[in-house]
Amino acid sequence: MAAGAPGGGSTVANTYEKARTWLLLPSWLVLLGLSLIPVIMMLVYSFLTKEFRGGVIWEFSLAAYDQFFFDRGLFGDEPPSIEWTYITIFWRSFWQAGTATLLSLAIGFPTAYFIATRPAGSRAIWVFLITIPYWVNLLIRTVSMKFLLRDQGPLNQVLMSLGLIDSPLHMVNTNFAVQLGLFYSYLPFMVLPIYAAVERYDFSLSEAAADLYASRWVTLRRVLLPAVKPGIIAGCILVFVPSLGSFLAPDLLGGAKNYMIGSLIEEQFKGNAGNWPFGAAASMILLTIVLIILLLFARQQTRHERKEA
Amino acid sequence: MKKHLLPMAAASLIALAGTPAMADGKVVVYHWFEYMPQELIEKFTAETGIDVVMDTFDSNESMLASLKAGGIGTYDVSVPGDYMVKIMANEGLLDTIAEGELSNKGNIQPQWLDVGFDPGRQHSIPYQWGSTSFSVNRDEYQGEINTTDILFDPPTELSGKINVLDSQGEVMALAALHLGIEQCSTDRDKLKALNAMLEEAKGHWASFNSDTAKEVLVSGDALAGMIYSGFSAKGREEGANIEYAFPTQGYIAWMDNVVLLKDAPNRDNALAFMDFLLEPENAAAVTIFARYAAGVDGVSDLLDDALRTLPEGNPPASAGPAVFIDVCDEQTQAVYDQIWTNVKK
Repeated sequence: MAAGAPGGGSTVANTYEKARTWLLLPSWLVLLGLSLIPVIMMLVYSFLTKEFRGGVIWEFSLAAYDQFFFDRGLFGDEPPSIEWTYITIFWRSFWQAGTATLLSLAIGFPTAYFIATRPAGSRAIWVFLITIPYWVNLLIRTVSMKFLLRDQGPLNQVLMSLGLIDSPLHMVNTNFAVQLGLFYSYLPFMVLPIYAAVERYDFSLSEAAADLYASRWVTLRRVLLPAVKPGIIAGCILVFVPSLGSFLAPDLLGGAKNYMIGSLIEEQFKGNAGNWPFGAAASMILLTIVLIILLLFARQQTRHERKEA
Repeated sequence: MKKHLLPMAAASLIALAGTPAMADGKVVVYHWFEYMPQELIEKFTAETGIDVVMDTFDSNESMLASLKAGGIGTYDVSVPGDYMVKIMANEGLLDTIAEGELSNKGNIQPQWLDVGFDPGRQHSIPYQWGSTSFSVNRDEYQGEINTTDILFDPPTELSGKINVLDSQGEVMALAALHLGIEQCSTDRDKLKALNAMLEEAKGHWASFNSDTAKEVLVSGDALAGMIYSGFSAKGREEGANIEYAFPTQGYIAWMDNVVLLKDAPNRDNALAFMDFLLEPENAAAVTIFARYAAGVDGVSDLLDDALRTLPEGNPPASAGPAVFIDVCDEQTQAVYDQIWTNVKK
């Protein structure tokens, strides 16, 4: 997405060349200090021996990864078989996050398109309106969502008074509620990048397509979507990745009946289990899976672009 | 008195400044959220000139985690539950209060002086105590409720409408009472039975919530729910027709305690704070606020009748024993963790 800079911007870049190192230093320190070091710490912790009730003993151990992949029975002394527990938890989280991302895309894309096609002067107001709910703390919003969805809540009352349903729909503590919560929490992360992409889109291209007898559907699929694809991809990543690790929506809206990746990891550090290496290992496995997905995606992307060129 | 997520969002660190000019240092308190009335904190500062800096936590385990991750040496006192006092003492996180250092130690009620989790009260003083079992919505269910079957083998009216605390210790302890086995059993057959019973019971449960344990009962989202005695009393006072159960199989007793932490930076102020909390009128102020009971002599005279005769604080004759949660050894705890994962997977 950082395209466009190398060609025309060289004179601008030179302006700051002397000061560049110093100006970039804070960013580098923050990135190194706040992003990389904690991740490296977690990587190291995942290979250490767990200390009873939290903490680590500085001895190399693969126990955390063993626990993740192998089932040794309730007492830990049976012959190992494949452990499905954590794979199931991961699968559940990926599925929930994926559904929430698709929901966000389905609602976010038309919203972004709508905003980008308003007159230039009013666009800022629409973007502003999108962000207003997000001034309120996420926890408060998630709790409010629960109030809305509950059996005696306003949503059910409205549906019942309209005669659409006879008895309240049971929504709280269901997967649907979790997906709705995730979708709602991260919607702006979908809308804003797509909006930025559509705003830059040259609509005379759509007109040209129409002149060449492309149907609306073909114009959308062959002209508009490829042009705004980077925005869509950025939006999907920005929604999918935080959804994956979220535990507020699953806890409050899903009733915390089943672990998600986020709550499983939280339990290892803050809960009774106190198994820091296992929590770290689960985080590392999650990180690896996400990285692989993104790398595969990027590779497929470049291959595709090369083919087009 | 466990998780309290909602208010946590509003603020996680409250620094309470009295009149800085008069201030005679400070005491740094690591406390549960909403567990100490603001007026009492101000009274302490007014009496002693010591400022109270308070940081809050939402579960015993998260408090332990944060102390182990570097909190030791920054806090003076903390307020762990009974079993956590023992764990913290075993981990060497507590300082010893020498005989005579607390002038109000004599105010502690005799039965709370030599407790299993802190023999001789070397590290701690009582803060509040109460019980944990469950409450049932009496508009919706009129049957017998003083049995743990309500949670683990519920009648059809309640099945699928039950909230349990999202807390391994409480659920496992109540489950052990239900099966009539000892806590932290090392017997494999008993542990297997515990695992099977809980996996089965989970099918009847709607949610695992601690911070909203009262709210789900008041709103009617849950018709039965595990809850702390004081929370249930507050829910009833808010107008919900809920009754707190004292199962014949037994129920959980707990006591929160103020402990002196190792390497407390303001040790003398911490002791002054503890002495202050042992004054009957101050302990009574906490009880009136939190609806639990103080372990201090002379408090009950300061309470009104409603609080003295609170149904949640006065078990009927049929009630089973009130048991504290045991601290399991490492091996049994590993099995407990595995069972808990099986329940929540």
